[in-house]
Order: sequence, then structure tokens, then C-alpha cells
Amino acid sequence: MEKDWLDHGITILVVILIFTVQMLITTFLVLFERKFVAWMQVRIGPNRAGPWGLFQTVADALKLMVKEIFVPRGADRTIYMLAPFLTVFPAFMAFAILPIGPSFEFVHGDKTHVVAIQGANLNVGILWLLAMSSVAVYGVMLAGWASGSKYSLLGSVRASAQVISYEAALSLSILPVLLWTGTLDLQEIVAAQSGWNWYAFGLLLIPFVSFFISGMAETNRLPFDLVEAESELVAGFHTEYGGARFMFFFLAEYINIMTISAVAVTLFLGGWNGPWVPVQADPAGWQVALGVLYFFLKTFVLLFLFIWIRATLPRMRYDQLMSFGWKILIPVNLVFLMVLAGLVVMQEVGAWPAGFFR
Amino acid sequence: MADESETKITFRRGAPVKPEKIKGLFTGLALTLRTMLSKNQVVQYPHEKEVPVPRARGVIGLNEDNCTACMLCARECPDWCIYIEGHKEKRPPRREGGKPRTVQILNRFDIDYGLCMYCGICVEVCPFDALHWSPEYEYSELKVANLLHDKERLGHWETTKPAQPGYEKGSEMKGAKK
Amino acid sequence: MSPTPPVLAAQARASAHLADARMAIELETPEMTLNIGPQHPSTHGVFRIVAEVDGEKLLKADPVLGYMHRGYEKLAEVRTYPQITTLVNRIDWLSGYCNEIPFILGVERLMGIEAPPRAQYIRTILSELARISTFLVFLGSYGIELGALTPFFHTMRDREKVLDLIEGVTGGRFHPNFNRVGGVKDDLPAGFIDATRQVMNTVEDICKDVETLLFGNDIFQQRTTGVGLIPLEKGLAYGMSGANIRASGCAVDVRRDEPYLVYDDLEFDVVMDDRCDSYARAWCRLQETLQSVRIVRQCLDRLPAGKIMAKVPRIIQVPPGEVYTRAENPLGELGYHIISRGGRIPYRVKVRTPSFSNVSVLPWLLKDVWMADVITILGSLYFILGDVDR
Repeated sequence: MEKDWLDHGITILVVILIFTVQMLITTFLVLFERKFVAWMQVRIGPNRAGPWGLFQTVADALKLMVKEIFVPRGADRTIYMLAPFLTVFPAFMAFAILPIGPSFEFVHGDKTHVVAIQGANLNVGILWLLAMSSVAVYGVMLAGWASGSKYSLLGSVRASAQVISYEAALSLSILPVLLWTGTLDLQEIVAAQSGWNWYAFGLLLIPFVSFFISGMAETNRLPFDLVEAESELVAGFHTEYGGARFMFFFLAEYINIMTISAVAVTLFLGGWNGPWVPVQADPAGWQVALGVLYFFLKTFVLLFLFIWIRATLPRMRYDQLMSFGWKILIPVNLVFLMVLAGLVVMQEVGAWPAGFFR
Repeated sequence: MADESETKITFRRGAPVKPEKIKGLFTGLALTLRTMLSKNQVVQYPHEKEVPVPRARGVIGLNEDNCTACMLCARECPDWCIYIEGHKEKRPPRREGGKPRTVQILNRFDIDYGLCMYCGICVEVCPFDALHWSPEYEYSELKVANLLHDKERLGHWETTKPAQPGYEKGSEMKGAKK
Repeated sequence: MSPTPPVLAAQARASAHLADARMAIELETPEMTLNIGPQHPSTHGVFRIVAEVDGEKLLKADPVLGYMHRGYEKLAEVRTYPQITTLVNRIDWLSGYCNEIPFILGVERLMGIEAPPRAQYIRTILSELARISTFLVFLGSYGIELGALTPFFHTMRDREKVLDLIEGVTGGRFHPNFNRVGGVKDDLPAGFIDATRQVMNTVEDICKDVETLLFGNDIFQQRTTGVGLIPLEKGLAYGMSGANIRASGCAVDVRRDEPYLVYDDLEFDVVMDDRCDSYARAWCRLQETLQSVRIVRQCLDRLPAGKIMAKVPRIIQVPPGEVYTRAENPLGELGYHIISRGGRIPYRVKVRTPSFSNVSVLPWLLKDVWMADVITILGSLYFILGDVDR
């Protein structure tokens, strides 16, 4: 089917929409985190800017943006200025491939147009995701190096080592899903989970947990936030950053958290699947809206889990983190992958009932 | 000091660490969730205020009529933050034909709250009961110099002096219930 | 292509070897000197450690003290005895009340005065309350040092209640200045006993919460067990005291060994542990908080009626003499060496603060440890900068 101007227009519209929604949600995610953590810590949390402090993040962002751009002496100026963008762009890009709601069709003239609520429907979607999260390490590394501060340097060394080693665990916990569905296309992975066939509720629970844990490490969240361990490294790689550039790091961190949760939802929790949202048939408008709602609801639950864990656990040590990644997560994933591969083969030759364990 | 025989030396040795593995994580999570759902006790300061205890050492009030400018407080203050100036005046005698009285008139009584350590020694040493503590605490200033309170301001603090609730049972202080 | 002559080949090999050697020299990684502090989030003030770091490993540490020096020993030489209690309040600012005790006891011993029993009991109650409030700060801030923020807010909330009690009696939260030579300044206010009983229950609850949030947590245990081992001989050699030495398996407690105030009549356990590591130190402090609760309850039960001041002259004049008094401060053994040559002003007051001795073990302790463990160890030694530098 040839794509005409309308198709391209729709794509641009969807991309703008997703970008806006993403920014909006990230803004409120910061607020939610501060609120929830505050409640768990017998505090109230931000409540001055707007009702219930709704505009606190907006106020913070405005404040950070109007601050002076400051480059410390001894910093590598170009890289120092560039690094935040290297972190924030991949964060945005990674989110683009996630299918947020069911696709629907509409007829304009004599043509039927398909609207996918997704930034870009790549047939190698999941690889794009991994690639983007790897690129994001560069931003952190360069930021720490270019700052010309020892604390930043230590933070960025920790960051790169941590992210690279947990990248392996992350990819290994995605692989079982790909093996089970036989595709890299996220739309198809979601479709395969229709009718309560959510992977996290079956045999793939182990990769789900492992994905979640390595996701926490990948985004430098609390039990694994050695990168910005404030009691040891002051603020890690962004010690020397302030103003708008600090905001970009902050933004990237939260977008990453959201992306990881959204990917977990897509891969393991059925994406936008849920009651009254059909997969194959042409859905009605309200069904599409419901699908989008389901998607964000599930993401929100995972985000809450992130926040909850952050408010509870102490931080791990560098060597413990590494040995946990390499000696527990990766072997468990590898063994599970082999077992699953065996199961898939057995199913194909008929030695294992096809519907068993989904 | 007790005899060897009397001393009941008891020890508590550390129990070996129980590696609780996953369980410890979940009990912690349950606790934070419980805290989140329970009622918050935060007092949001400018809008609601905690009432300080009556004995709180917030600010010192001066009862000017009682003060005789004897300088005891200024001398006993550990960091010398009280400034007193006075002069003597002759007053007519109380009885006809008596000697004229000499009275101390207080010209200046300043306390520099930028220096004050809030130890309360001045209140205690005052032989004429001229100084009192008040639990008021809202007198921060933008300029350090304004923390020097003169006798009018200190006189105002005197009016905020609270009533004391009395003593716990068994006390033999003045005013304690027997 | 003609074969390479053997001589040339040998030369090439040699130069390659040289190049390798040069590479090895160039790639040699010198240690990085890292200044931890004086301004650092987890040094509790202005403590500075000059550290030699090789990647994540800390090879050598050199603590630099003195940023918080306020010269209290010198100041005490130009103050009268009642004025000095306001100064000693500020040495260890978290347990101001406990600092007054040995000083006042020393002056009383020089003057041959003994405070009446009710005053002794009030002193004991208040110093145990101060101990509880200090340990609650430790339990919370130790969590922060290991990355868990939540216990801090929980303990701070309940510490506030303990401080309210202290304020209710003395009028000051941190710097009570409540002891007078021969007794205490004022009697307990009405309603104090009931309020204290309630708060003691809260303290027990918060100890349970901290146990759940920190001590039962797997990550906490991994972070602290076996970290910062101080063998008993080393600890004694460096003159450590308090929970730090008790966690190394030495049951010394001035309250038990050389009873002052009314500790003689009270029942409590000397908490000790022989694991010598950071976990043991934190565990000892948690248990000691519970023991303090026990002591406060006993004192409330036995509080005798009577006067709170002995007969003392209005102007405190101390006869010539010398005295060393010590007491179990929350941080360890606090001692005052008071030399009097008569008159209203002491000739010399030497303060033996527990934190200073406890910190002195650091250069020995901080060798070949992980960067993250530095913070674990610093936190578990639990020093107050004002107490280190005076």
C-alpha cells in the first residue's frame, strides 16, 4: 500500500502526541515519586505550587532553565555541554517504538488508513530499544569525564561498568519473550498476549523479575544507585552540572524509568491488552482509548513499584552489585533460556503439549 | 560504689546474624506501605503552629519596674550579650524629715540575641525577678543588628510569659501540690 | 620477499620489547588523591579525609581534624563554674545533657557536695532520654549513609517526641543547661511521668521498625557484616570506648564499672557483641536504646520525693584540688579533668571526648577498603564533629 500525505501527516501527529504525553507524564512522575516517597517517609511532599503541589515540577523546571550556564574550570567545555543531550536523546528515542494502544483504521475517500499509536513501528523494535539504552551510557560517561571532578569521574566509571554489565542481564531476560513469540516486532508481541495471555503470569515470570531488577540497575534506581550515591560520591556524574543541563540528566533518568516500565508492560504484562479491547478486529474509538488507558495504568503500577522499592531499600556496594549481576542474574537467565529453548523445540516436535504453560 | 557481690553484671551478647534473604526485603516493603497509608503527623509551620512547652526558652522578657540596674545578669552572662546603662537619681524621702532616697534608673537594657546562648543564667541570677523566659520564637530578622532588643521590645516579651503548670508529684518546690 | 637477516630481526624484537616496556610505563596508573570532605554529605559536618584511591579501592586514608575547633577548653578557663555548663552542652551537640553530668559531678566532688536523690534520679532520666535521642539519630542517619532514606525520617519523627520531653523539663532541646552544682535547676513539670511512659512505648516501636527496615534487610546485612573489623586489642590500643568497643567484645560501661548518679540501683544489661564489625556496632546501639528505655522506666517507677537542690553557697567557689570524672556518654567515655586553684574560675578543664579516640582508629582501619565501605565505617563509628574537635 502506497503511503500518501495523510499517512505521513498521521505519523507526525502521533509522534508529536506521544512526545507531549511523554513529557507530561514524566513531569507528573517526578511529582508522584516525590509525593509517594514523602508519604512513606512520614512527610507530606511538595504542596505549595498549585493544588497538591501539582505544578511543582513545572516550577522546578522553570527555575532550572533560567539559571546561569556554568562550566567549571578544568572541564572539557564541548563535551561538558554536549553530554546531557547525549543522555536525553536516546531516552526519548527508546520510547518511540512502544505500541501504546491498539491500531485502528479509518476510511478517507476510497483509501483505508491504518493508525498505529506508536512512534515508529520497527520490525526490529526490541533491538532499537537495546541500542538506545546502550547509547545513553555515553552521555553519562562523557559527563563524568568532562566535568574534571574526581567524584564525577568515579561516578561515571561506576555508571558505565554497571550499565554495561546489566545490559547483558537485560537483554538475556528479553530473549525468552522473543523466543516464545518468534518475533522482534512489538506489535506482534503484544498481540500474542491477548486474552489474558500475559507472559508475566506464566513460565516467563522469571525473566520478568530479572528484567525488572536489571531495569532498576540500568536506570540507576535505588538499590543500585551507586552512580549518584549521595553519601559517597556527592552526586556522581552530575556533581558539576547545574541549571538546564542538570535538568536534562534528571529528565533522562525519569524518562528511562518510564521506558523500562513501559517495556516491561509491553513484553510481559500484555501491553494495551485488557478486557473489552480486541486485538485483531477493527476496534471502536472507545476501545482504543481504553487500550491506551490500560497501557498507562499498568505502567503506573510498575512505576509505583519502582518508587516503593526506592523508599525502602538501602544501596548495594559496587562489588556486590557486580557479583549479583554476573553471578546470579546472568546465569539464571542463561539457564532459563536454555530450558525454554528446549521446551520450544519439544513443542515443535510434539513432545510437549502445545497449550501447556501457554 | 557497689561491692563486687552486689553488682548484678548482666551481658547481652549479639545473636548471630540471621540471613533473611528475600523475607527481610518484603517486611521492609510492607512497613513502608503501611506508613504511606497511615495518617500524616506533619505540622505545616506557617499555617499551623505547635504550641511550645511553657518552660521553653524562646526569648527573655524584662519587667522594667523590677529592674534596679544591678548588672548581675550582665556580669554572669557567659558571652556578655546584655548591655545595661543606668544612673542614680535623688528622690524625696519617704517620711518627712528623712534623708532623700537614691534610686537606680534604667536607661538602657539591651539583649543581643545574635550573641545570646539561651542558657538562662541571667534569668536565674536576677535577684529582683525582673527577667523571665517566654516561649515566643518568631523574632528572626533580616539584619543581624535588629536582633538587639531594647527594653521596650523586651518589655513586650514580658507580656507573653505563660503560666507554669506546676510540678510532678513528690516535688518540694514552692507552689507544688502536696 | 627476502628473509630478514637475523641481526635485524633481533633488533626489531628488542625495539618492540622496548616499546612494550615504554607502554607499560605510560600505562602505569598512579593512585588518585581524593579529598573526602571537609564539605561532604556524609562526614557529619566538617571532617576531612585525604584518601588515596585506586579505582573503587581506597588504599590509604589520612583524617584531618580541627575544622570544628572552638576552643572550649580555653574558654572554660575564663568562665565561672555555672557558666561552663553552657559551654560543655555544646561539645557533643546531640546529647548536650549527658555532657553536663561528669562536669557537674566533678565540681560537686571537689566541693564535697552531693545532690539529693530526687535530683539524681532526674539527672539519670534526662541523660538516658538524651542517649535515646542520640541513638535515634544514629539509627536514622546510618540508613542514609547506606542509601536508605526512610528510616531517618521515621526515627527523626520519634526523636522529636523525646526532645519535647527534654524541652518540657529543661526548656532547651539541645542545650539544656539544667544541672547546677548541688542539684538541678527545676523540678519535673506536672504530667511528665505519663508523657514519658507514652514516648517510651513509641521508642520501642520505632526500634522495632528500624530493625525491620535496616537490620533485617539483606542488603544492609551484606553491606555491614565483616566491614570495618576492629579487633579487641586494636580497639583498646586506640582507646576506643562506648558501643564501638563493646561491639568488639569488651563489656566496658562506665555506668556499670564505676557507677555514678543512681545507675547503682538500676537493672540494665551491658550490651556487647564480639563480631567487631559495623553491623555489631549498629546492633549494639539499637539494643542500648532499648536498655535506656528500660532504665527510664525504672527511674520513673522509683522517683523519690524530696528536694532537688543541696545546700550550696550562692556564689560557687571551688576549693583547690584536682579531679577526673567520667561518664558513659552515648558516644563513649566522656571525662573531665578539672583543676581548681580555688575561686570561682577553674584553672584548667581538660575534656576527654569519646569521639576523638574513636576517630583515631581511622588511619589504621581505612586501608584497602571499598569506597562505599568508607562511608559504612565512618557511619558505624558514629562520631560527632564537635566532640572530636571541641
